[in-house]
Amino acid sequence: MRAFHLILALAALLLAAPAARADDAFAQALGALNAESYADKINAAEALAALGDGRAAQVLDALADGRLMVAAGGAILIDRGGSYADPISGQIVTAQADAITVNNRLRSVARAAAGRLALFSPDAAARKSAVEAIMNSPGPEAADMVRAALAKEFDDSVKAAMITALASLDLTSADPARRLDAVRQLADSSDPSVRSQIETLLQTETDASVRQVAEKSLASIQFRVTLMGFVANLFQGLSLGSVLLLAAIGLAVTFGVMGVINMAHGEMIMLGAYTTFAVQQLFRALLPPDLVDLYLVAAIPAAFVVTALVGMGLERGIIRFLYGRPLETMLATWGISLVLQQVVRQIFGATNMEVANPAWMTGGWELAGGFTLTYNRVIIIFFCLAVLGGLAALLRWSSFGLHMRAVTQNRPMAAAMGIPTGRVDALTFGLGSGIAGIAGVALSQIGNVSPNLGQAYIVDSFMVVVFGGVGSLWGTLVGAVSLGVVNKFLEPYAGAMLGKILVLVFIILFIQKRPRGLFALKGRSVES
Amino acid sequence: MHSILNPARRGFWFGFIGLGALFLLVIPGLNLLVPVESALHVPNYMVTLIGKYLCYAILAMAMNLVWGYCGVLSLGHGAFFALGGYAMGMYMMRAIGTRGSYGNAELPDFMVFLNWKELPWFWYGFDNFAFALLMVMLIPGVLAFIFGWLAFRSRINGVYLSIVTQAMTYALMLAFFRNEMGFGGNNGLTDFKDILGFDLSQSSTKLGLYWLTALLLGATFLVVRFIAASKLGRVMMAVRDAESRVRFLGYSVTGVKLFAFTVSAVLAGIAGALYVPQVGIINPSEFSPANSIEIAIWVAVGGRGTLLGPVVGAFAVNGAKTWLTGAAPELWLFALGALFIIVTLALPKGLVGLWADLRARTAKENAHD
Amino acid sequence: MKFNRILGAGLFATATALPMLAQAAEDTIKVGVLHSLSGTMAISETTLKDTVLMMVDDINKKGGLLGKKVEAVVVDPASNWPLFAEKAQELLEKEKVAAVFGCWTSVSRKSVLPVFEKMNGLLFYPVQYEGEESSRNVFYTGAAPNQQAIPAVDYLMSKDGGEVKRWVLAGTDYVYPRTTNKILEAYLKSKGVAPADIMINYTPFGHSDWQTIVADIKKFGTAGKKTAVVSTINGDANVPFYKELANLGVKADQIPVVAFSVGEEELAGIDTKNLVGHLAAWNYFQSVKSPENDAFIKQWQTFIKSPKRVTNDPMEATYIGFKMWTQAVQQAGSTNVDAVRQAMYGQQVKNLTGGTAVMNTNHHLSKPVFIGEIQANGQLQTVWKTKDVIKADAWSPYIPESAKLTANWTYPWVCGNCTEPKFK
Repeated sequence: MRAFHLILALAALLLAAPAARADDAFAQALGALNAESYADKINAAEALAALGDGRAAQVLDALADGRLMVAAGGAILIDRGGSYADPISGQIVTAQADAITVNNRLRSVARAAAGRLALFSPDAAARKSAVEAIMNSPGPEAADMVRAALAKEFDDSVKAAMITALASLDLTSADPARRLDAVRQLADSSDPSVRSQIETLLQTETDASVRQVAEKSLASIQFRVTLMGFVANLFQGLSLGSVLLLAAIGLAVTFGVMGVINMAHGEMIMLGAYTTFAVQQLFRALLPPDLVDLYLVAAIPAAFVVTALVGMGLERGIIRFLYGRPLETMLATWGISLVLQQVVRQIFGATNMEVANPAWMTGGWELAGGFTLTYNRVIIIFFCLAVLGGLAALLRWSSFGLHMRAVTQNRPMAAAMGIPTGRVDALTFGLGSGIAGIAGVALSQIGNVSPNLGQAYIVDSFMVVVFGGVGSLWGTLVGAVSLGVVNKFLEPYAGAMLGKILVLVFIILFIQKRPRGLFALKGRSVES
Repeated sequence: MHSILNPARRGFWFGFIGLGALFLLVIPGLNLLVPVESALHVPNYMVTLIGKYLCYAILAMAMNLVWGYCGVLSLGHGAFFALGGYAMGMYMMRAIGTRGSYGNAELPDFMVFLNWKELPWFWYGFDNFAFALLMVMLIPGVLAFIFGWLAFRSRINGVYLSIVTQAMTYALMLAFFRNEMGFGGNNGLTDFKDILGFDLSQSSTKLGLYWLTALLLGATFLVVRFIAASKLGRVMMAVRDAESRVRFLGYSVTGVKLFAFTVSAVLAGIAGALYVPQVGIINPSEFSPANSIEIAIWVAVGGRGTLLGPVVGAFAVNGAKTWLTGAAPELWLFALGALFIIVTLALPKGLVGLWADLRARTAKENAHD
Repeated sequence: MKFNRILGAGLFATATALPMLAQAAEDTIKVGVLHSLSGTMAISETTLKDTVLMMVDDINKKGGLLGKKVEAVVVDPASNWPLFAEKAQELLEKEKVAAVFGCWTSVSRKSVLPVFEKMNGLLFYPVQYEGEESSRNVFYTGAAPNQQAIPAVDYLMSKDGGEVKRWVLAGTDYVYPRTTNKILEAYLKSKGVAPADIMINYTPFGHSDWQTIVADIKKFGTAGKKTAVVSTINGDANVPFYKELANLGVKADQIPVVAFSVGEEELAGIDTKNLVGHLAAWNYFQSVKSPENDAFIKQWQTFIKSPKRVTNDPMEATYIGFKMWTQAVQQAGSTNVDAVRQAMYGQQVKNLTGGTAVMNTNHHLSKPVFIGEIQANGQLQTVWKTKDVIKADAWSPYIPESAKLTANWTYPWVCGNCTEPKFK
């Protein structure tokens, strides 16, 4: 059995220092990786893996990642982020080298081969991902390999992954007893890929007992997959809701509290996103690479300050002359939005800017049932709640918040009490704009950073504020979340486009029923 | 008095006939009779361009009826305009007949390559011009009536109404973008050949359309003036200025608003129907909320609540746009944005108001002398 | 009346200005640039405006055309389709340009088409599109579906491409994706792919929330057969789409995504570290090494004053179109549209990527096709290319109604959509 030999070879390698003969064979296999055609490279990668040399794993990993280089003299090197290592000796060398080109097929062969080698790695996480790599492109000996590894495995979670992997490999076994075992094992799974494997099995299965168990397992998997689908929908809805909420909170302040219809609100979000970009470029230029990911944290106050200043400038320069004339304000701010878009286009150019997700915002937790909680979405949900909470606290407990509420409720009386209404107006507008800027930081992580960014959110944010009830932060929260969730539950049935249309129609009809939104403010000031 | 062209004044008819002569006789005359080499010749593209502005002017007058006189700022008027345009586009699409790329007598080209087998029910009848014409007015009218009835009855007003109408046009835009709807998706309706048998690529047809548009602008002008001068018009203005008082006086505010909104939508639909054959395309982006906001801006720039203001505004803003997008393609948005800001800040009564103020000042100075 | 005086003054000014304009027209050859510089399409089109300006600059440095300077007339149609028609008319009638380089979206092309046909203008359209058109007044220098979509699918079905058996056709809901997907669906079925193995999904323009769809794609890909996504998702929607792919862990070696609207310029706006291995099919990649391409990239980065700016396929299409036009003008010895059109047929220009592009009598080009994988640095690395150039089909043979039609603007056909020649 080849796999057994492989394990023996590996064990030998771990015990004894590599012999010169092994070195030769390794170097030869390594050199073959620099072939012309992808087919030759694939053969070379498989040959390298079959050597059973412990050093092959990192070579194959580097190959899959595009970090395997060939130097001018034909020596193969591994790129370690700036420095090159010789895979044979492990020493650091300096050289001029080009990357060996890879395509997807070569990449997955290299990953699976590296996976087979990593099955016996001392690192549990590496073993677990090795199982996954093998399952992605299972070779003929995959089942035997995993079985051998399982015998030695002691980590529970890796063990579980191996058992599942084995079971799904055994589904195609010729032995009905093995198939029966496999089907029983898999009944606890909630993975949609397992479901389709059992479905495929059922199409050809002739053994009655296997069929019976398979049908039962399928039903229980189906139930869990549906359940997870529901949870996934709910999460996606919450996530969409949090994006809507972020876009709308700033508007809830300027429109809800001050009654200013700011059509340039979207452009404030855009300015926030561009500030994020600028901060990122600054970090990239000035700081060492491992600190660059912190740019996002620094971007939050920067975006707040920039957009708040722009907002206050606009309020003092233009908007304050239009108080009491909401419709004119709308037209003037529309003009402002055109100007701001063109300003950004002139400074940064019309093309999209690249804002990278920091490493801690990339990827996600793979949960059961093919449902992944992505880090960036989870972080944005919490971030959004924090912003809302902070704003609510500011309004509720700070003296500025008190002044703000006083001015909104009764301007002349507030002025008579000595509150500088002009300054409160400017600060309030600055606050709303600043929050829009913070929203821009978050939105830069999931979408485009382009001069048109704001336009995409403006209609939606107005809908959220009006639906939730103007002047009510609580209403904005409930409005955004419910619209997000409703949208996501409609989408699988109606499609993205029709889903959105239905939501809009729903809002229009809802407003007929409750013209002041979900959480209407009560009192005389509302009517005037 | 809001109107500088006070109906009581004789000057009104002078101005009306003068402008009518300019649009109906002078411009076509300069186009047809003056030789091309002459400096006074109005080139064909200018006629099409002015024809387009005339459509915008009708649309602006429609907007003014409901916003300027009745105080209802609809940010969905682009939708009524586009619906009228689509109705006319559907007629012209059917009129193509077998001259399309695929030579299908029944189905427009876009349906052929999307594998549609038969004409959707809502396309029936549009091969008949009279039916299409009826739909041009009926579809925007009925939509406005239903929408307005729901909204005004629930006393949705001011900003809320603006946002809800914006939602309406946005939803319609998304709907028309869908290819399944059967209106050609993003490409909309194009490739028109003729209208009532007149070849659309002929300049004579274009001139004819221009003429018709100018005439209808005149008619719209008279209709709006008639409404504004009537008793109903006075109630409308009262609703604009103090809605609650009018309601307490026993008038049906809902009814008045609904009337203005529906008439305005029908006028917008007519403007759209005239617009589409002249520009040769109708596409869902006409429904975009930005377009509807622009209509309001024309009215604001010209002077809302005045008869002539919307026409002046539509010509001024679109003329500036035409000129600047050619003369300063990188910077024109600054100019346009600044125009909106300045007009709202410094000229609350628009260009017409500025004119009236200047005249009043000169008159005063003259009186002092 | 005052009004008359103003009108008179205006007319006088125009009258004096016109002869001056006419004078200017004698000395220069004008070309129109009809690309949106504001609005939603500015993202893509601004680059092409700059490309035309660079080409004009270049030809003037080399002594101009027919002994005259070339002058670019830039206008901004502002991503507004009726405005495209208006500006086209202005360029042709008022500015009297010899040719126009412009348009990106199909709808903008459809909007200006009647104007160009009526006034007998000349439009060079540089973007990949759905085909199903051949106008006497337009030269299409971008790819038709058979120069992009079909080779890409062929590659994915090949051993190197991963022998894909299950397909997701995801696109933005407009005519290019609809037509391309229709052609691909017919093509895949002709290759024996079962209808159950094809999932088609359309999303609105600028779609930003891709959670549901990417999760669905992932689920669709778990059926045990190799799955790939063919993306005709347009412009703005791509960034959130790719970010979602990266975050949901859709890796290129499991479910590769091949895109027809994502090039170097779009990738410059995305962090590509997690997208390595996803594919794109074009007629040009910046990474292809050739003396012409090196010179072009250098010229571009100098012109735009940024060593980081990338080049892309529509830029090459603009380059080829402009070169072909200048050659045709020189050959015809005039900028007369009819003469230039005749001279265009069979006109050859060296591709930036090697080989020669040829203008066919159906007004479309013969060009090579490249398939590349996205690299961590935002470039596309060629993994496959055609041995020879491929001739564009104006009418796709995979759509029954269109298969009957022929586009050929030379004798005896002289027609863009005919079932039989005009002159028999």
